[in-house]
Amino acid sequence: MIPGIGTLTQDTLWCFSQVKGTIEIGTTEADIISTVEFNHTGELLATGDKGGRVVIFQREQESKNQVHRRGEYNVYSTFQSHEPEFDYLKSLEIEEKINKIRWLPQQNAAYFLLSTNDKTVKLWKVSERDKRPEGYNLKDEEGRLRDPATITTLRVPVLRPMDLMVEATPRRVFANAHTYHINSISVNSDYETYMSADDLRINLWNFEITNQSFNIVDIKPANMEELTEVITAAEFHPHHCNTFVYSSSKGTIRLCDMRASALCDRHTKFFEEPEDPSNRSFFSEIISSISDVKFSHSGRYIMTRDYLTVKVWDLNMENRPIETYQVHDYLRSKLCSLYENDCIFDKFECVWNGSDSVIMTGSYNNFFRMFDRNTKRDVTLEASRENSKPRAILKPRKVCVGGKRRKDEISVDSLDFSKKILHTAWHPSENIIAVAATNNLYIFQDKVN
Amino acid sequence: MSQKQEEENPAEETGEEKQDTQEKEGILPERAEEAKLKAKYPSLGQKPGGSDFLMKRLQKGVWGIISYPLSLEPKGVLGMKSVEQKYFDSGDYNMAKAKMKNKQLPSAGPDKNLVTGDHIPTPQDLPQRKSSLVTSKLAG
Repeated sequence: MIPGIGTLTQDTLWCFSQVKGTIEIGTTEADIISTVEFNHTGELLATGDKGGRVVIFQREQESKNQVHRRGEYNVYSTFQSHEPEFDYLKSLEIEEKINKIRWLPQQNAAYFLLSTNDKTVKLWKVSERDKRPEGYNLKDEEGRLRDPATITTLRVPVLRPMDLMVEATPRRVFANAHTYHINSISVNSDYETYMSADDLRINLWNFEITNQSFNIVDIKPANMEELTEVITAAEFHPHHCNTFVYSSSKGTIRLCDMRASALCDRHTKFFEEPEDPSNRSFFSEIISSISDVKFSHSGRYIMTRDYLTVKVWDLNMENRPIETYQVHDYLRSKLCSLYENDCIFDKFECVWNGSDSVIMTGSYNNFFRMFDRNTKRDVTLEASRENSKPRAILKPRKVCVGGKRRKDEISVDSLDFSKKILHTAWHPSENIIAVAATNNLYIFQDKVN
Repeated sequence: MSQKQEEENPAEETGEEKQDTQEKEGILPERAEEAKLKAKYPSLGQKPGGSDFLMKRLQKGVWGIISYPLSLEPKGVLGMKSVEQKYFDSGDYNMAKAKMKNKQLPSAGPDKNLVTGDHIPTPQDLPQRKSSLVTSKLAG
């Protein structure tokens, strides 16, 4: 059987391709990668970090000579997207950390992306310049003005080729619309609007208008003492521009239809898995908080990530998920210490592959997990410098839970909880993945035969 | 429900016991962990998820909140620990940050604690707002 793109049969082997970033003892906090995103064609890969910087990598054209080597990603552009700010009125430090990057589909020669920190969303235009006008009449080649009296002839300026220059310019700044911290942005399928979500509110923007936005969800109670849940993530449906979902800290997902009313406080669908009350513990609500929600490419399913599991829901069935995958259930016996060191609040993301057949999410010890929805097989891989030889095949890892530890297995107590993989991305059509391990970005590809 | 004293010895479950109903095994580790936590922090009475916890999360980044000792502190959904110290105003806050980072700052006298208002800040004393002018190492 020929393994198709996006199936995780035993024939799919993942290989190391590249790693970006430095090996350092004691990482600078600014270098910690906070978001990773491929664009719609997979040609570009963007990362954002805690220092407010964005780095964009571009896939090199595959050369005819090296058919077996897939295009590598090289730096294309880098810029400072957000700067730290201090809100003196509210006595608030505003971090420059990039929370999310979302690409717009390409409509002309330039690339556009949205990047956001806690408070401000910015639209960046990344464009190439490879020609330069030469032969001005009033300026000399260095740009100095010429004395008009010395000009005796006229010439027509011409465009001459120059070294490729990639420029990033902020085209729009969408500010002052969020009282709380922005956790999500999502571009609508109409390519005219997008939404930004904070802990309590979701706003709808038009790309052209920066001084106004529509509030479409507001869950702030009149009396803050009655606050019981917050919004944790939100996303537009990939095809229906009127539909979006948002997840909550209580483990529920609401689907809203903007045609129903201007303010979508009343959901159209409510997804919640019933819980056995006898299973309830101090930690139940914390570990049920959804840290990420993603529509499948087909638009038929949504995937949610909570602390210990990934779940797939069918939009047509609200009362329970259709699939539940255990990411690292062995942590259930470590919840006390994970609460003490705050790891229990880590927000892991999850991604679909291009054909919606495999899902991926991160874990600790620089492990990340993939689940094949069709074969029900799963694999644990590790992003580490030790497996960094070009085209080295990644060996599946296994965590052993008490009892006898086999060779090559790692015990739960040996896991490094400071090495967490929160952000990953999957190329839209190929088996290429980007995995952010603290300050390093790993790119893996499946083995080309 | 079960024959074991699960609260005390979660780590000693043997292989055979693990073959019990999946459901029960799901409860036991969590409850055991809960018991551990309550033993360490006896005053941690309430369940997380109430408005106090969420309020803390919403106020991430705000200085000037009086903090509780860690043992009593309710943790928000984000687990945010509030700022350790209460500051009088933003100038005070910046001064304290500057002192922590830069020991060459002129100070009125030997001060062991971060006493507030001991001298008037000047522009040189304020810490530079960190702006990553350094290019990201991913691009290096």
